[in-house]
Amino acid sequence: MYQRVRYDLNEELRKIKSGGLYKEERIILSDQKPGISVSYPVGSESREVLNFCSNNYLGLANHPRIIEAAHKSLDQYGFGMASVRFICGTQDIHKKLEKKISAFYEMEDTILYSSCFDANGGLFETILSSEDAIITDSLNHASIIDGIRLCKAKRYIYDHSDMKSLEKALKAAREGVDLFDHHPGLDKEPNPARNIMIATDGVFSMDGDIAKLDEIVELAKEYDAMVMVDDSHATGFLGEKGRGSIEYCDCLGEVDVITSTLGKAMGGASGGFITGKKEIVDMLRQRSRPYLFSNTVAPAIVGAALEAFDILTESNDLRKKLMENTSHFRKSISQLGFDITPGVHPIVPILFRKFEDDAQLSQVFSRDLYEEGIYVIGFFFPVVPKGQSRIRVQISAAHTTEQIDKAIAAFEKVGKKHKVIK
Amino acid sequence: MAFSEAHRNIFQTELNGLKEQGLFKEERIICAPQSSEIEVSFPFGAEEKRVINMCANNYLGLSSHPDVVEAARKGLDHRGYGMSSVRFICGTQDIHKQLEQKLTEFLGTEDTILFPSCMDANCGVFEAVLTDQDVMIADRLVHASIVDGMRLAKAQQDTYKHSDMEHLEKKLELHQDKRLKVIITDGNFSMDGDLAKLDKIVELAEKYNALVFMDDSHASGFIGKTGRGTHEHCNVIGKVDIITTTLGKALGGASGGCVSGRRELVEMCRQKARPYLFSNTIAPVVVEGALAVLDLISRSTERRDKLEKNTEFWRKGLTEGGLIIKEGETPIVPVMLFNAKLAQDFAKDLYEMGIYAIGFFFPVVPKGQARIRTQLSAAHDMHHLEKALDAFLKVGKKHNILHKTKQEIIDMYGQ
Amino acid sequence: MSDLKDVILEYVQEEYLEDDDDIEVTYDTPLISGGIVDSFSMVSLKRFLETRYNIQIPDSKATPQAFDTVNNIIKLMKEFGIE
Repeated sequence: MYQRVRYDLNEELRKIKSGGLYKEERIILSDQKPGISVSYPVGSESREVLNFCSNNYLGLANHPRIIEAAHKSLDQYGFGMASVRFICGTQDIHKKLEKKISAFYEMEDTILYSSCFDANGGLFETILSSEDAIITDSLNHASIIDGIRLCKAKRYIYDHSDMKSLEKALKAAREGVDLFDHHPGLDKEPNPARNIMIATDGVFSMDGDIAKLDEIVELAKEYDAMVMVDDSHATGFLGEKGRGSIEYCDCLGEVDVITSTLGKAMGGASGGFITGKKEIVDMLRQRSRPYLFSNTVAPAIVGAALEAFDILTESNDLRKKLMENTSHFRKSISQLGFDITPGVHPIVPILFRKFEDDAQLSQVFSRDLYEEGIYVIGFFFPVVPKGQSRIRVQISAAHTTEQIDKAIAAFEKVGKKHKVIK
Repeated sequence: MAFSEAHRNIFQTELNGLKEQGLFKEERIICAPQSSEIEVSFPFGAEEKRVINMCANNYLGLSSHPDVVEAARKGLDHRGYGMSSVRFICGTQDIHKQLEQKLTEFLGTEDTILFPSCMDANCGVFEAVLTDQDVMIADRLVHASIVDGMRLAKAQQDTYKHSDMEHLEKKLELHQDKRLKVIITDGNFSMDGDLAKLDKIVELAEKYNALVFMDDSHASGFIGKTGRGTHEHCNVIGKVDIITTTLGKALGGASGGCVSGRRELVEMCRQKARPYLFSNTIAPVVVEGALAVLDLISRSTERRDKLEKNTEFWRKGLTEGGLIIKEGETPIVPVMLFNAKLAQDFAKDLYEMGIYAIGFFFPVVPKGQARIRTQLSAAHDMHHLEKALDAFLKVGKKHNILHKTKQEIIDMYGQ
Repeated sequence: MSDLKDVILEYVQEEYLEDDDDIEVTYDTPLISGGIVDSFSMVSLKRFLETRYNIQIPDSKATPQAFDTVNNIIKLMKEFGIE
């Protein structure tokens, strides 16, 4: 049997390659940090490059205190639990971490997941039924989309961060009509939603733009809807105390459900969580499939995550450093004449909107930067819309000013070479 | 925010309903590493109690094995704590490739791709490799994560009666016209502890030109002569096209899973499987631990052999003592009680006597098939098992079900 | 009319009950809420009806409630002119 499948699959893989969409992995021979050792292509001699494409926003991925905490936890709590939570896979440190996260966000309760992908995958189906409606930003992360695909609630999509479009969707959901008449003749009877939930990323990962949470919360009140925010690209560093887009938009206590990750700024190993209303979290513990059917976060990672939250509450230094680095890079790179989306987030997209061959340019540009010792990724359609190909730069608190200046110099050199800047 | 009192009430009512039906799940807090004996605080905050653990998936007893912990420490020191990135951006280290290679060798396949969990592997694989011209034909008792993966895939879905080869053949005939037919099964079914008839499945797959998919989470590391899993036990190594399995049970028990199988299928997952593309892979500390586990069990079959002996002792002891168990040969041993309330009471009594095991009932298992599921481990020593057996028989006696037939127990307690 | 009833009943017994099941399925036995047919296997029941009677049941009508008892399925089939 497999022979024919092999043929078909090879054909499809060839197409992916010729479309320039083939994903290749670069193998890192060191821990995650600003200066990493990379072997690329596979098997070639390794070289040192500066990493500007990780989500290691606070530089905690190899922070000595985090490593030490993980060691301690391994010694005290072992390697694995070999069980799901409700059988024999819950340790006191898991409850401690859930409490700590609740306190951090001033929320009622928190539930850990093995990843934020799983948190989003298990959220909607559990708390929304076919009588309910979910209203989602068109640029939400893939995991929210998958979560919604598994859920029976009626779906409404609103244009990215467009409050008029959101209001239209809210109205439609309240009245129980389809926004688009997908099935003429069917569902003619209006069917008003029982519960409505608005779902949005706190920060959108491709542009680094922040959701208009204050306005979303206002609309939610008006239409009696719940609000869910995935704050993966904000937890730990956005807002005065690092409480993410919710704090940045002054909406603490106004968002009903927050999902986020421990896999980016908070040390970057793995794990995610949902924090929010007590009854919702209780419901998730009873019914959420990725929680019921998969091990939770391993003890070593729980110990380190506890330490990460402690580091953040003790001092603002890392956050301050990250914001200084970000504004330095943003300022210098726009002064050079690059086309960047304005903002404050350490995700800095450098666009090629004025160029016809923007997709190709994004690839050549990132390759040349790599030659200069700067590791970044070029994104193009279909990951981002046509004409909006880009280099996505991610700044970290662990970058030194010299390292950032080196990146800026490399951008200048490569930019001039390709006539992207003068 | 608009989480009103009305919202709160909707959820509270549903939660109360679960409590009334006895379906509310409560977590017991363990204050120590996973092991054959654990300190449990239940309810949370209550004084810690030392109990023998009969419900972990810690089949090989490696979850807190010193060599594994030591390797994990090495991982932390050499490769740091987190990657803060998905695989194809900057989240792949040399040790991730090493682990994939090791798993490929161990499972006897062509290639392997790591996932954050086996749940994620099952959720991502079908959508990545199948189209709407294909059909997935699944055993009716496959694990919930496979069901989720099937729900996300575009291929048509069908099922066959649990391990019923005639019914499977009928379904293969019915779907003869499809581009790809994939037979989907667990290797070891987690609720009953029975193994798939994998040799027969492979035979049918060859006859009807179908692919075979198997989730071997409850077998990898200990089923088969050298612990490679159900395909080794059934003598069909190399003939199962896709194997998914977990590092979260016998193989260390921390976290992580994988898809292992035909090279092109694995490659397709790297390009398209959403949980792989959109989530961090396994952290370095867990990767190094898993590498040490594979080393340990490739060097010697001592641990799986001990598990096999423990299993024999346990199955024989329960049967001779007069309890009804699901027959089989795996370390998952369900003690059948048929009635939900009896199962709960039985578990409670066991806990009082220092034995931790869980009662399962509808909807987790079919109505009228309530049970206590026991799981053996190589970490159990004879004195643990003797004590546990003694407790099971005492509690069985208390409830007057020793040496009774299924019908007699149902007559006493209802179904 | 009894024809259709019996065809469905026989299919359910044949397709969903295991040999050692001692459950008796009648026209009013809850199939899905009673745990006899899971939502996946419902798909094969839907497919069986569609091919046998040459109809298309839209997903919006193929609800777990509509398929929960043999009597409910009869009601649904009536909407397609099958009796």
